[in-house]
Amino acid sequence: MNISIKRKDQGDHRFLVAVSGEIDVFTAPELQKGLLPLTEIRGGTLILDLNETRYMDSTALGVIVAALKSASRHQCSFSVTGMTPRIQRLFEITGLMELLKRVQTSRGVAND
Amino acid sequence: METQEDESQLSEYRTLLAHYISQKDQKLPTEESEHLRRQLHACGILPEDLLGLHIEALKGAGIFSESAMMRSLNFLMKMMSGYSKAYREHQELKDWQKQLDTELDIASALQKTLLDGKVPACSFADIGAISEPAKRMSGDYYRIVNDGKRLVVTIADIVGKGIPAAMCMSMIKYAMDSLPENSQGAPSYILSLLNRVVERNVDTNMFITMFYGVYDPETGIFSNSSAGHEPGFYYSAREDRFMDLEARGLSLGLAREAEYKEYARRIYSGDMIFLLTDGVTEIRKDHDFIEREQIVALIRRWMHLPAAEIVKQVMRALKKMQDFSLQDDFTFIAIKF
Repeated sequence: MNISIKRKDQGDHRFLVAVSGEIDVFTAPELQKGLLPLTEIRGGTLILDLNETRYMDSTALGVIVAALKSASRHQCSFSVTGMTPRIQRLFEITGLMELLKRVQTSRGVAND
Repeated sequence: METQEDESQLSEYRTLLAHYISQKDQKLPTEESEHLRRQLHACGILPEDLLGLHIEALKGAGIFSESAMMRSLNFLMKMMSGYSKAYREHQELKDWQKQLDTELDIASALQKTLLDGKVPACSFADIGAISEPAKRMSGDYYRIVNDGKRLVVTIADIVGKGIPAAMCMSMIKYAMDSLPENSQGAPSYILSLLNRVVERNVDTNMFITMFYGVYDPETGIFSNSSAGHEPGFYYSAREDRFMDLEARGLSLGLAREAEYKEYARRIYSGDMIFLLTDGVTEIRKDHDFIEREQIVALIRRWMHLPAAEIVKQVMRALKKMQDFSLQDDFTFIAIKF
């Protein structure tokens, strides 16, 4: 399984991370390595772009949970875009969607 | 491309061999030969292929004396140096792998004992359960208890696979065992308790999805809560219809404080409940996923059988769809009322 992680620095501590390929038990550590340091930027903004992600298993969800928790600890805004309906369903069932909303809401209030 | 490379290696080998044979002092022109040796070994040449290369190079090398032959064999021996070290390393790795294998076998057997997997005798329901790990260790957990008054069913999926998931599973098992005996706890209460245990004790990139259901045969009510678990199916015999056993809630370990909603439904004779882990709904069929409707169709095909048979047949069919190898741990429970 292959995965490609592209990082785009949009300036002002704002990063876009686009993942293409399949995130599974073998590729998840690579994503974690690419994602976690960016969640530790206090006051930063991180967007995870899943437009080109074909498949995610539960290990990938684990990486996103770790990123979410870290972002929340470091007051870094974290959001996910480009979910396929299948991934969106996975997020909704596991409660990750609610957690994402919580992190964004608390950050939104703090930010605006 | 490859043949071109082979050709150039052969010609280089031939040149160096000829040079070596013609020399009296039997010293290799070290730099070039060492370079070639490294090159050959780096491209993973097998000893027998190296021997083949040597035989090829011998052709037309003008070996007419015993001493020339001896020198050519010496050359071969030098080219082959390094293989014995690689062989020793290979043996060591094999031994190590064997040791790991044994340890995994023990761990896997221990996990099977822990998981127990017994289905209790039940006068008011026919129950079947099946659970198979994708590898040797499983991250799935289920527990079915009939305490005489209520039937309690738990099914859980630990994020991730293999050993870390299996270790987490043991923790969940002990957390559940330490719940007060005959705990009359409502599903929502039990899940919020477990959530705190998991949140405190697992790594930040781990979480657990769990479905917890309780059936009271006196009232005929099945109540349940879910912590992010893949919805099961409810079959209504009166309507001859399958419905999602929809329940929402945060997976265990996502947030310190989580509240779980409780759902209840009246169960009638002939109704059925099916619970599963996402291994079941994530199974791929020709690079695609199996839709929930397909699983319902499979259940429908065998639902006239005893529960233990239903789970076996559905499992067999799903495994067949992905060429008999599981991508994810897989657990499936059927309860016929």
